[in-house]
Amino acid sequence: MNCSEAEVLINALVDGELDAGHARDVESHAAECRNCADRLTALRAMRDAISRAALKERAPAHLRARIEAALPAAPTPRPLAAAADSWRLSRRFFAGGFAAGAALSGVAAAALLFAVVRDDRDQRIAGEVVSAHLRSLQPGHLTDIETSDQHTVKPWFNGKLDVAPPVVELTARGFTLLGGRLDDINGETAAAIVYRRRSHVINLFVSRHAGAEHGRKVSQFRHGFNIRHWTDEGLDFWAVSDINAGELDEFCERYTAGLHPRAVPS
Amino acid sequence: MSAEDDPDKARRFRDAALAHLDDVYTLARYLLRDQVDAEDAVQECYLRAFQHIDSYRGPAMKPWLLAILRNVCRAEFARRAQAPAGECGDEQGAAGPPLWQEPQQSPEAEFIRARDGDTIRRLIAALPPPFREAVVLRDIHNLSYREIAEVAGVPVGTVMSRLARARAMLRAAWNVEEGSTL
Repeated sequence: MNCSEAEVLINALVDGELDAGHARDVESHAAECRNCADRLTALRAMRDAISRAALKERAPAHLRARIEAALPAAPTPRPLAAAADSWRLSRRFFAGGFAAGAALSGVAAAALLFAVVRDDRDQRIAGEVVSAHLRSLQPGHLTDIETSDQHTVKPWFNGKLDVAPPVVELTARGFTLLGGRLDDINGETAAAIVYRRRSHVINLFVSRHAGAEHGRKVSQFRHGFNIRHWTDEGLDFWAVSDINAGELDEFCERYTAGLHPRAVPS
Repeated sequence: MSAEDDPDKARRFRDAALAHLDDVYTLARYLLRDQVDAEDAVQECYLRAFQHIDSYRGPAMKPWLLAILRNVCRAEFARRAQAPAGECGDEQGAAGPPLWQEPQQSPEAEFIRARDGDTIRRLIAALPPPFREAVVLRDIHNLSYREIAEVAGVPVGTVMSRLARARAMLRAAWNVEEGSTL
């Protein structure tokens, strides 16, 4: 490898975009080439300085207001009563479907209708999960209790909820615990446990699981956010973030593994 | 069903898109280097995004919005300087406006960070357009190479060589500014 080839690859190395093989090649070239070793050090220092300087601009409030006013079908947040209505509606729909299914011939038809209705409900809750995630990203809304100590977050939820949400320590796995918060999903209070990976926030919503079925895992992608939904130990879990799908899967696996330490071969 | 018929979809889209407002605004500030133009471009970007809400298929909304913003900025460049269509921006001579105009004083508490930031900001703002864009998307917006390629409409290899050039220029300017060797 010569220095001009190395230059492009050194940048990619600093950016974490090189596969292991190329990374090794570049590092061994830099180990022998003073020029490239200096370049590597300088690029890292520059990247750190840029990230420390926090150069992202904040859009002025008047600009946000202007855009909100200019967009069609502008801000009418759905009132709570309307949300409750749509929930009643889908329950009614479910009851009707169940009756029709039983009258026809049986379990399979009913199960099919059940699946259709439940999916519809999942879709709606997924929408609420994304909205709650977005709300949490507004300044000052992310956490009610801010700490990276799982033993502080867990007791904080005591008495505030009808469940004890498991708080799993994942810092060593690359997911930093930021704290917890109470939120509202589907008209019920839910625990929000907040993690961070790099500059990305992950909200994990935990609430009591009403149904009988367990273990089904659902992945969704909505409005630029990845969503995972699963049930475990009588609890409903919704994880939402703008990190990529693979990393959110990794988060869910690590979290679940933390819940069942004995079930995981070490 | 189109967004106009479905206020709920419109609202969700609006919330999701507005979550990236700071990112969109930041790119506009760096590409246009003027606050008022940047605000107009951002507003135009959101209006266009909203018109195309039905064609939005993902994957990620942030690069999608940034790509729209970039197109808006190119139109603005064309208006400003009748620059060739492929050229994203103009080189400003000594007579041009300052490279970076602060809209207002920073709050007291942020002053030290802001001053360090000002130097770096100025150095980045002085890079020629395609290189400036690459650095901003990578180091400020934290986009991956693939996402930058998507936003800029160029192959990943071009992104890589632009970043390498951009940082070489930045490093040289940085050393002059600090009077030391980085």
